[in-house]
Amino acid sequence: MLWNTLLLALREIKRNVMRSFLTVLGIVIGVASVITMVTLGNGATQQVTTQIASLGSNLLMVTPGRRMGPGSAGSSPSFKVEDGEAIAREITSAALVVPVASRSTSAIFGNQNWSTTVTGTTNAFLELRSMSLHSGRSFSDSEARAGAAVCVIGQTVREKLFGSQDPIGSRIRLGALSFQVIGLLEAKGQSTMGQDQDDTVLLPLRTFQRRISGNQDVGMIQVSIREGQPTEKAQRDIRLLMRERRRLAVSEEDNFNVMDTKEITRMLTGTTQVLTGLLGAVAAVSLLVGGIGIMNIMLVSVTERTREIGTRLAIGALEREVLMQFLVEAVVLSSSGGLFGILLGLGASFGLKNLLQVPFVFNPGIAIIAFLFSAAVGVLFGYFPALKAARLDPIEALRHE
Amino acid sequence: MTASTETSRTPLIELQGVTKVYGEGQAAMQALAGIDLRIEQGDFVAIMGHSGSGKSTCLNILGCLDSPTSGSYRFRGVEVSQLTRDQRAKLRRFYLGFVFQGYNLLKRTTAIENVELPLIYRGVPTRERHQIARRTLASVGLEGWESHSPSELSGGQQQRVAIARAIIAGPSVLMADEPTGNLDTARSEEIMDLLCRLNREDGITIVMVTHEQDMAHYAKRIVHFKDGRIESDQQNGRAN
Ligand SMILES: Nc1ncnc2c1ncn2[C@@H]1O[C@H](COP(=O)(O)OP(=O)(O)O)[C@@H](O)[C@H]1O
Ligand SMILES: [Mg+2]
Repeated sequence: MLWNTLLLALREIKRNVMRSFLTVLGIVIGVASVITMVTLGNGATQQVTTQIASLGSNLLMVTPGRRMGPGSAGSSPSFKVEDGEAIAREITSAALVVPVASRSTSAIFGNQNWSTTVTGTTNAFLELRSMSLHSGRSFSDSEARAGAAVCVIGQTVREKLFGSQDPIGSRIRLGALSFQVIGLLEAKGQSTMGQDQDDTVLLPLRTFQRRISGNQDVGMIQVSIREGQPTEKAQRDIRLLMRERRRLAVSEEDNFNVMDTKEITRMLTGTTQVLTGLLGAVAAVSLLVGGIGIMNIMLVSVTERTREIGTRLAIGALEREVLMQFLVEAVVLSSSGGLFGILLGLGASFGLKNLLQVPFVFNPGIAIIAFLFSAAVGVLFGYFPALKAARLDPIEALRHE
Repeated sequence: MTASTETSRTPLIELQGVTKVYGEGQAAMQALAGIDLRIEQGDFVAIMGHSGSGKSTCLNILGCLDSPTSGSYRFRGVEVSQLTRDQRAKLRRFYLGFVFQGYNLLKRTTAIENVELPLIYRGVPTRERHQIARRTLASVGLEGWESHSPSELSGGQQQRVAIARAIIAGPSVLMADEPTGNLDTARSEEIMDLLCRLNREDGITIVMVTHEQDMAHYAKRIVHFKDGRIESDQQNGRAN
């Protein structure tokens, strides 16, 4: 009997190819987009986590601002070079102390123009980020002290401005001023959040402050802690030092942050997780729209189906036989749509993972939820109109217009 | 169904004081105002009457597609109103065949699939079902049209498919609501010949609604309806 019903349902599906196709399409698109968004989002989160972990657990970032998180620096005073010097002096467990100030500017060479990020810092920056020079040299002490107009460029900037030419010794323009290229960095590839680490121009911090930003501010101080030294203690010491330097009263809250890698991870994954959630929500809406599409198609065909049910009842079909057929049809349609959507979503995430450079992280929970939702939609909209029709007297179902 | 020794004495169909009211209150409309009717096994009855006289309503009740508002309908001595929904469905499945005025064939479904539908609900295995359906289609003159869908068939052919579907399961009674209503004279006569043959050779009792005198004359008995009542009920002299 069940086998018979299944065959009957499959025959109906085949017979109404267009209707079946449209029904399935809504579910396929909805499920596939949910799966893709969530899979990619999870991948991005995982990528951030692993990349930050690869920075090592001994890195501390000191940023101005009251709250954790980006974009909160506005209200509180920024750091100065002296703050970094104080940390290097007072915190004995600090290995490298690197002040960093950045701004995006366009770099010009000849008639080539490229918008990039200019960072003012010290040579220790290279060591901290494990960057090395491909050719040329880094800043000399006197250049750093004097704020000389020299720069070290990344591979992307070289490629955009110089093509295959050797950039060393040439002069490029950043903003209004001209700088001599003294070094070229080794290629490093993409980083956390898909940033191109080679799309960079490094200047001595003083040069940056004088010629680019025009102020004495330092955006961030990065501190690496010596191997084997507890980061918690260093974090606490830096905090106390900064409170002292900023003359904060006991009752006042910190107007800066000292974050370790765990906190940085949390902050950044927080962002990607919010993003995943947003994308997932958008995708869920499309799943819902797919569901409404199915409802429409089912409702459009309700007259035809009601009459069909009337005919079947009239020739002696039992109510439950008719209902079973429609239920099986709805379940087969929506679950095959759901399955196909899952496969498509996984395929799409797999295809996009190279493009977006995020790892492929499959979340079976989401697949199950999307599948169940699609099945529910199909059953709800495919089965319930049938339920109503099968309860009628055959003649009423036949009269339906 | 109880096939007792009384079968010979109890008529196949017996209506007593059957009424049907559509709607309620102000909008109530009495379609049948008390019908008494006995039909014996093997009879061929034509129901005639003006449009709106209650012919279709009565036939639908006879076909167990609709329920009367009051009165008694006994089929082989069994009170139909006391049967459950499923029991009525089984009564339709095993004893009744119905031919609708508008054919009511399933769209996008081939002739043979339409015809074999009742056998599916009787649990007949696929291959046997196909054979019987093929034979039945041939018997209504549609050999070679098995895999055509209704939209590819003429009105007369669709009506034959509908008749084939109604008789495939070997019903006791065939109900037909204006089976020639949409057909030209030649096609109508072919259909009537087919019904006569089914009645004569297969012993199927036939109840047919028509408003055409010519078609009614094929029947053995003619019942006239007027305003939801039976006006006259007479044997047909020149039947068959
Ligand atoms: N579903 C219905 N709802 C309300 N009134 C109906 C319905 N079906 C039939 N009627 C009314 O009942 C009367 C008898 O209809 P019907 O049995 O179809 O007549 P006939 O088949 O003799 O033309 C008509 O007046 C018709 O308007
Ligand atoms: Mg009528």
